[in-house]
Amino acid sequence: MTQTTLTPEPATPGVGPGGRGLRGGLRRMFGPVADARGLAKWMLWAGVIITLLFVILAVFAPLIAPYGFAQYQDQGQTFPKQGAPSDQHPWGTTVLSLDVLSRVIWGSRTALEVMLLAVVFSLVIGVPLGLLSGYFGRWLDRVLVLIMDALFAFPYLLLAIVAAFLLSNAIGSGVATAALAITVVYIPQYFRVVRSSTLSAREATYVEAARAIGARPRTIITRYIFANVVQSVPVIATLNAADAIATLAGLGFLGYGVQPTDAAEWGYDLQRAVADAGAGIWWTALYPGLAIVLAVTGLTLVGEGLNDVYNPTLRRRRFRKVILPQRALEPPFESGGTAPDTATGGARPDGGRAT
Amino acid sequence: MARQSGSLRTYVLTRLVLVIPMVWILLTMVFVLMRVAPGDPVTASLGGRLSPADLAARREALGLDRPLLVQYVDYLRDVLTFNFGRTITDNRPIREIIVDNGGATLELSIAALIVAVGIGLPFGLIAGRYRDRVVDVVLRLFGIITYAAPVFFVGLLLQLVVSQRLGLLPSSGQASAIVQATVPTKTHILALDALISGDSYALWDVIKHLILPAVTLGLLVCGVFIRLVRVNVAQTLQGDYIEAARARGIGERKVVVQHAFRNALVPVITVMGLQAALLLGGAVLTENTFNWPGLGSQLIAYLNGRDYAAVQGIITVFALAVVVISLLIDFVNALVDPRVRY
Repeated sequence: MTQTTLTPEPATPGVGPGGRGLRGGLRRMFGPVADARGLAKWMLWAGVIITLLFVILAVFAPLIAPYGFAQYQDQGQTFPKQGAPSDQHPWGTTVLSLDVLSRVIWGSRTALEVMLLAVVFSLVIGVPLGLLSGYFGRWLDRVLVLIMDALFAFPYLLLAIVAAFLLSNAIGSGVATAALAITVVYIPQYFRVVRSSTLSAREATYVEAARAIGARPRTIITRYIFANVVQSVPVIATLNAADAIATLAGLGFLGYGVQPTDAAEWGYDLQRAVADAGAGIWWTALYPGLAIVLAVTGLTLVGEGLNDVYNPTLRRRRFRKVILPQRALEPPFESGGTAPDTATGGARPDGGRAT
Repeated sequence: MARQSGSLRTYVLTRLVLVIPMVWILLTMVFVLMRVAPGDPVTASLGGRLSPADLAARREALGLDRPLLVQYVDYLRDVLTFNFGRTITDNRPIREIIVDNGGATLELSIAALIVAVGIGLPFGLIAGRYRDRVVDVVLRLFGIITYAAPVFFVGLLLQLVVSQRLGLLPSSGQASAIVQATVPTKTHILALDALISGDSYALWDVIKHLILPAVTLGLLVCGVFIRLVRVNVAQTLQGDYIEAARARGIGERKVVVQHAFRNALVPVITVMGLQAALLLGGAVLTENTFNWPGLGSQLIAYLNGRDYAAVQGIITVFALAVVVISLLIDFVNALVDPRVRY
């Protein structure tokens, strides 16, 4: 079960132009993004635009949504039940007389909250564990690797369902519970990637030098290794964010997500729409479903674009056109895009659903 | 030759030994997960419906009154002997659930895998061959979107369009009631049973019910295949030996089909194994969308009944299934690819 196809090679520490300090760091960080060309650039920007759209919907939901997410009447008048799209309710109403458009808009807020919490939780737990395991090795490493591999092998959705089920029994259900249940699934991915980069960084000359001048492990990890190891994290975080939304919807669909009275959730809405589908009512299923597809696609595009941009083995370099002296009069020949493309098979570093 | 087979045997043995801690950890994890929940399982599922004395008797029958360590050892021993106990809510042997409903899940998973490979392989080959052209972009987007679309949404749409509007295929269930009642159960896989019975009406009925769920689940998985095959083909086509084949004057078509594609397909076997977890997770959602009587829908039903014994048994089976599948795939991979040895 140890596959080379999953963990991206740790990017070599950027030694580009830009120098030191915050500005230099930022320039080094975003340099590749600005340099992106072709498909990678297009995917990245399309993804960023879709994602921004959802973020705006989520942040300004109270202003944009015509009604509240649990509102079934306006000015003393109850909304129609399973009403077809109309002027008042452009996307129709549900079996509970809720406005579908408003539910979809409020749903983006829930998705954003859960996604952010899940990514932050799994980063906060997964990255330090990976650093410690990779740096200290020995029994700690063995034990952690075994546990993480076991977690990793488990069908991710089952793990999330069981975690959500147990957590909702223990601390009640809500946004935080759903986020925690999803976190359990993603910790192993950060752990694996950070651990493997730490393993190679540990042997690097600059770390040896630091050790030689008497730096303590704490200093070495936080000052020398951390910055060189976290480079592969943004790509995984974005792809995981996409997965988190899909998983949340799956949990909601099975009834283990956020409770309908607490917030609007796309997966839950789809579950209620199953019964409608039999009666030929399409609007309760179509719109929340499209919202999920669009949100997940947007984030996946950002993640894939970032992967293409940051993963040096996937990047295609543009060579300068060479004009040979004796052919100076002929049109210069095409020489674009023949850089070594040694992608490590399926180099997308998500393990979550790819395994 | 002898040396090579020797190393293969070592590989298989090492791999088998490595599975033991993996299985142990997985089982321990399942056990701990099911015990960290507060309250006791019997009260959680049957509380209020039985008298306190009856509840205590049930607890004793399930061995829940004994120390945790004893329960743990019992659990491990039971799993090793394929004895998963009985459910709390309806007192059904869990082994029976696994055999009866596992067949349905197996049928769905295999059909979905066929769909996924059937779509993923050709699309991936085309995308990789015409890298960065329009067709590549379109196929890549197709892969991303099918992967992004939740199975229950795709399932609902298919039900709405194919079953409701066009009335072509049934929208839920594994077969019509009459077929399910008449086909004799032999393998617990309905499609196989129908085939064995030689009843063509029953077989057609089973296949009609299978198409929509299999396509739904297969679409989810095919995105991964497209991506993987595409990258491999693109990478293989830049290899030196491809250049060499071209230099020898072999036709482009032959180079691509015989030299590049064949080598690009080796890693796909590995990934098929890695998709087992995705497939099983997706099966849970697909089964619940299509009312498919598999292990996934049973799991959700027992979760809703707070039946810890049943949940523990079903999860254990899922975990073991993933381990066994990845083990088998590793063996196949070692047979096919001589580089995969320790």
